[in-house]
Amino acid sequence: MNALTQFASELSAGRIRVVDLTHTLSPDFPAITLPPEMGQAWPFRIEEISRYDDRGSAAYWNNVSFSEHTGTHFDAPVHWISGRDLPNNAVDTIPPKDFIAPAAVLDCSKQSTQNPDFLLSVDFVTNWEKEHGKIAPRSWVLMRTDWSKRTDPAAYQNFDETGQHTPGPDPEVVQFLVKERDVIGFGTETIGTDAGQAFHLNPPYPCHYYMHGAGRYGLQCLTNLDQLPPTGSVIFAAPLKIKRGSGSPLRVLALVPV
Amino acid sequence: MTAPLQKPKRKNPILRTRLPVPPPSARSRYALGLLRGAAQGRLELQVCRDCGTVQYPPREVCRRCLSDRLDWKPQAGDGELVSETLIRHSLELFFRERAPWRTGLVRLPGDVTVVAHVHSDVPRPPAKVRVRAHLDRAGQAVLVALPEHDTPNMADDRIMREMTCDPKFRKVLVTDGKTAVGQALVKALVNAGADPIWVGNAEPWKNFPGFDELKKIPQVTLLNLDVTDQRSVREIAGEVAGRVDIVINNAEVHRTYGISARYGTDAARAEMDVNYFGLLRLAQEFGPALKARGADGVNSAVAWVNLLSIYALSNYPPHGTFSASKAAAHSLAQCLRAEMRPTGVRVINVYPGPIDDEWNQLLLPPKLAPAGLATAIVNALKAGTEDVYPGDVAQDWLARWRENPKALELEAANP
Repeated sequence: MNALTQFASELSAGRIRVVDLTHTLSPDFPAITLPPEMGQAWPFRIEEISRYDDRGSAAYWNNVSFSEHTGTHFDAPVHWISGRDLPNNAVDTIPPKDFIAPAAVLDCSKQSTQNPDFLLSVDFVTNWEKEHGKIAPRSWVLMRTDWSKRTDPAAYQNFDETGQHTPGPDPEVVQFLVKERDVIGFGTETIGTDAGQAFHLNPPYPCHYYMHGAGRYGLQCLTNLDQLPPTGSVIFAAPLKIKRGSGSPLRVLALVPV
Repeated sequence: MTAPLQKPKRKNPILRTRLPVPPPSARSRYALGLLRGAAQGRLELQVCRDCGTVQYPPREVCRRCLSDRLDWKPQAGDGELVSETLIRHSLELFFRERAPWRTGLVRLPGDVTVVAHVHSDVPRPPAKVRVRAHLDRAGQAVLVALPEHDTPNMADDRIMREMTCDPKFRKVLVTDGKTAVGQALVKALVNAGADPIWVGNAEPWKNFPGFDELKKIPQVTLLNLDVTDQRSVREIAGEVAGRVDIVINNAEVHRTYGISARYGTDAARAEMDVNYFGLLRLAQEFGPALKARGADGVNSAVAWVNLLSIYALSNYPPHGTFSASKAAAHSLAQCLRAEMRPTGVRVINVYPGPIDDEWNQLLLPPKLAPAGLATAIVNALKAGTEDVYPGDVAQDWLARWRENPKALELEAANP
């Protein structure tokens, strides 16, 4: 029995739980909001091809449209200008082994509830490590905020006249995670890997800037992070193989020991 | 005097909804000349270019000198009701259902006598009247004799209610409440007596200036209607389409690019998705319910308003892709009109020039204020006109387009 057959038998015996970290792709799920004069990411849209009717009497199927960054989705390094010249920086050329990696789940839900503009800091990470151990190299760092529990789109987006107010990492912690912890990527429950007000940080959108600049990945619009242990789970996150794609919606699964 | 219309009672759900039957609509090609002015609320009659004779009914040649050089010219319409007839019986279903119905003969200046529907506030003949051209429920031009002076509640008259699309006591859907035009429309509709008013709230996380104020209006109910999302349109139609009497589709995307000013198709696609496909989705989901209620009492389903653009007639190259999307919508609106016409639901197309909003910031005045556009739309509903060209720029473009479309094409390219 090799490791994989053992894995399969553990899975079928119910000793490994599969947690779906994916939101349902639906027109109701909020799309990223940019100033209207900029290019816009398409929201998810679905229209019937036929439904056992005159358009196709035996079949129900749909046409769908969306951007590479709609719904629960993966960001490739080429998405950001800092990662544009890296090798294997698009979803079709990323080594497939990178799509399976362990996760460290940092619970920032209390802080994010108190302060929607909460920024994850190096101190927060080192304190977390005192309890859970050092983040293993090539891990996903998932920032749990319970933001996915905001089912009202207005509360999820959380806009006011000064823009969006959602939690994310500060510039120092992103560099720390890349350089000191060699993480594979950063994942959030909010609509971006960066905070809602990250345009005003230096550099703007530091998680995009540093993670993608170092060839690392992003996952956003995750859900069910509250069902993951701080350490010990493994993430399956394989984006669609879009030629020179900058990202894609995807099904993100976590394997959790019971 | 016309009694003021009372708020209609709720519908008796065990009775069959009356099916719409159009009034008789056969006309000769020449008689259709009356339609051109009537669509914009203007009375025009044939005038002989050679001898100046005014004539009615329309004919191929002048009744006096037999010249075929006849022009349709605006008429003041002030005349005298010389006789009247109360129709108590008709084999035409439309009049049979509405008898008794008052008609009469009106003598107009120029020794011309016309047949007109007669408003109930007009005294018995002889009486001074104002003749107006209206569109009836078949979309055909007819003449209506109004009292010499306005009377209280004259819009509530039974005959007027059949000619117009007055929002009073009608239930209205405004597809986008986020824009200044949408908000002005809702306020104008409230003042015109519409109730309730459903207002589209696409992308509910975006709260634009003035939107909070709109939510406080008691007649207003917000709906998560997004015309780019077929499922949303279908679900909202499922909720309310059976009650909507007037649809006002003001949802639009307006970007200010020609072909070379913006690389790619994303902005043009967004314009097409809202301005053209949005109308198509709405028409497919809301159309059937409106068609079924074209004769549903004094607050029947009555109108479908499309916010188009004068640039639908001829492309304005600095806003070239927007113009193209509105031209597509203009064409589709003609199709919608053809499909709606047998049911008595009027399709009103509105062709404004530039609206005074953020997307027209760089255009010089005159620009149409959102409140002015809203007033023009509500007035069109009250008057029952079908084509509306509100504002100076729209009127100017319309005149130039009719005069010489090639010249307009050239001049628009070098504004």
